[in-house]
Order: sequence, then C-alpha cells, then structure tokens
Amino acid sequence: MNYQFNWGILWTGQSGAWLLQGVITTLQLTLLAWCLAVILGIVAGAFRTLPFAPLRWLSSSYVEFFRNVPLLVWMFFWYFGVPPLLPQAVQDWLFDHGAEFWAGMFALGVYHGARFSEVIRAGIQSIPRNQYESAVSTGLTIPQTYRLIIVPIALRLIIPPATNESLNLLKNSSVALTIGVAELTFQTRQIETYTAKALEALTAGTVIYLILCLGLAVLASRLERRFAIPGMIVQVKAD
Amino acid sequence: MDFQVIVDNFGFLFVQGFLGFGEFAGGTLRLAIPAIVLGFALGIVIGLGRLATNRFIRFLATIYVEFFRGVPLVMVIFWFWFIIPNLLKISLPEYGVALTAFVIFEAAYLGEIIRAGIQSVPQGQLEAAAATGLSRGRTMRHIVLPQALRNMIPALVTQFIVLLKDTSLASIIGYIDLTKAAQIVNNREIRPFELYLFIAVVYWCFSYAMSRYARRLERRLSLA
Repeated sequence: MNYQFNWGILWTGQSGAWLLQGVITTLQLTLLAWCLAVILGIVAGAFRTLPFAPLRWLSSSYVEFFRNVPLLVWMFFWYFGVPPLLPQAVQDWLFDHGAEFWAGMFALGVYHGARFSEVIRAGIQSIPRNQYESAVSTGLTIPQTYRLIIVPIALRLIIPPATNESLNLLKNSSVALTIGVAELTFQTRQIETYTAKALEALTAGTVIYLILCLGLAVLASRLERRFAIPGMIVQVKAD
Repeated sequence: MDFQVIVDNFGFLFVQGFLGFGEFAGGTLRLAIPAIVLGFALGIVIGLGRLATNRFIRFLATIYVEFFRGVPLVMVIFWFWFIIPNLLKISLPEYGVALTAFVIFEAAYLGEIIRAGIQSVPQGQLEAAAATGLSRGRTMRHIVLPQALRNMIPALVTQFIVLLKDTSLASIIGYIDLTKAAQIVNNREIRPFELYLFIAVVYWCFSYAMSRYARRLERRLSLA
C-alpha cells in the first residue's frame, strides 16, 4: 500500500463549499421528504386500522405497492418515466425548477410514507382497545377519536421505531444522486472526480453521515424521554 | 404507451438482468443469493461477537454494527469500488466489488437479527446444557443455535427482501442487474415509463411473494 494521503484537498479549492452545499441539500431533501412521509404515514397507518373495509384496502394497497419496489426504481420512474407523459408546458416548467430535486423528494416521501405507515399502524394497534371504546362511548365520532385520542397516543409510543425509519430516510436520500440531485454523496463523488483523492473524499462524506445520524439519534432520544409513555413500548419488524 | 418494447427485450431484461444468465456477469438474483448466504456466515460471527464475554470483542462487534448502520449503502459501495483497486492493487470486476460491499454491509444487519435470535432462547436452556456438562462452544452449537435459527427465519426472509431491493444500487457502479438492464434498453429505445414500470412490477412480484411467505412462516412458528 503506497497511497499518498492528502487531507488538504478537503479544505483547499472548492471542496469545502461543495461539501457544505451537499450537507444542506441532503438536509433539505430529508426534511421535505420526511414531512411528506409522516403525513402519508399517519393517514395510511390510521386508515389501516379503521372499521371500514374500502379505506383499509386502499391504504394497504398503497403500502404494499410502494414498499416492495426498490427506492432507486421509484427515483427513475418519477424522474424519467413520468415527466414525458405530462403536457409540454408542465415538463418545461418542471425542468426549469429543479425537477430532479422534486422527483427525488417525491420518490423518497412516498416510499418512506409506506414504511412509516407500518410503524404508525403498529403504534395504533398497541394502544389498549378500551381507549378507543371509551372514546366512542363518550360520544366522539370515529374521526374525532382518531384525531384527539388514538393518533396522539400512537405518536408518543412510536418514537424509537420512527427514529429508526427517519435515519433510514436520511441514509436513503443518498440514492437521489442517481438522478443528479447534488446531495452529500454526489458532492463526495464530485470532489473525488476533481482531485482524484477518493479515500479522503469518501472519508469526509462518511464521517458527515455518521455525525448526522448520531445527531438525529441523540435528538430523538431527548424527544423520547420527554414524550414517551412509561411502560408502553412498540415493537416493529424491520422490512 | 407501447409495451412492445418489453416483449422485444424480455430475454435481456429478465434472463440476463434478473436471473443473471447470459453473456454478461450480472443478475439481481446472482448477486442477492450469494450475498445473503455469505452475509449470514459473517453475520453469525458479528452476532456472536456482540454477545461475547470478552469486552474487547464485544466492543469491536458493536463498532462494526453501529458504523455500517450509520452509513448509506451507496457510500459503502463507493468505498469498495475505490478502496479495492487503490489499496490492494488488484482490480475486481463489478460483481466482486458489489458482492463484497453487500456481504459486509448486510452482515451488520444480519448480525443484529442473529443476536436477537440467540437472545430469544430461554436462559433455562443454557442452564440445563451447562448442568449436563456441555462446554460453552457445544452448548452454542447443539442447543442455542438450532433453536435460535428457527426463531429468526421470518426475520431472515424479510432481510432477504431488503437485500433483493438493495441490489438495485449495484447498478450505480455498472453491475448489470435488472435496473441496469432497463437503463441499457432505455438508452436505445427511449421508453422510460414502460421499462421502469416493468422492472417495478418484477421487483414487486418477488418481494411481495416473499413477504407473504415470511408472514405465513411467522404464523406457523408462533403456533408451534
């Protein structure tokens, strides 16, 4: 092994600015996709526990359809497959406004929404049945029961598995480099291309991901300490 | 929309891209199946390391698991893609790079499944084995692992589904799996919607069928 390390490439030239830009794009992508995923996840997860078959069926087909196909394929599908079917004016507008970012965000959000909904469903199902029954017997309608009782309790129970899913989303945002979103992995590759110093560039990217993941995990454990309901834990299978 | 493109290129997409038979070293299944088998073997080492009585071994195994679970798979693939030619001075084909990356990455996740499986064996079994005079190694081999393996089968099937979907990322370094095959055909035919929809359906069928299988196994094992 006679590789000449040169860590200086990380702070000379444009590398520093590229890495910073990459971190910002990764965080923007993750945050927007996370919001979409949480909204979709709560709706689909709640629907799956309702005593009304068509809504259950609708949300379970959403979940099964999206989570059984690789995220990369969804990225290609939303970025390359769908725009040619749209009217020319819409296409032009999209490609003038960072289509790859929005396609990536949409693919991530919809894919992880399906996975979040499983977490939320598990949370709702772990709430003792009598909570639901007593809410309905006090005269609340089913939508009110969900909005005021079931979903708020479920959200407090699922913090550990939801943290896990959020970290998966952050890590999966790296797949967006395949459609040209200039996120952290993309910038790492760019530094490697410009400087031919692969190990330094990859080390920088890897360390930043580890710091981001660790930071989020610490934040989530604070949230958990604050909001968790003692004695109630949800187990969700990873898949 | 014109699905003729799928019919015309079915052999390349499915037989070469998905199964891995043909003139190129490629194939989703040809990567996924060895990766899960080898990853499982390494995962046993990691899982046992996490439960070792020696604090240093436990520490190393924990670092391994936490490191690989904190880094995106794309990053790990790039690492092996650059590190193998740079440090070892040998050039591996894409298949070797992808397989190495997947085995090492998956072992972190499989190690956690194996650890949970081992921990699911009741303590009484260990005590009974010790009482009959079995050594620690034999207790592991004859008593704990057979029961643990049975308990972890559903989780393993699920992890295989995850792996099957993750192999699509090998297309980034040019490995000809189902996703890359669709890209290649698309470069010639410019039919992105039909092609990407088709491969989505292929992935979907396999992973949905396996997830149903995992659910059935789980129900059967929970009755026993």
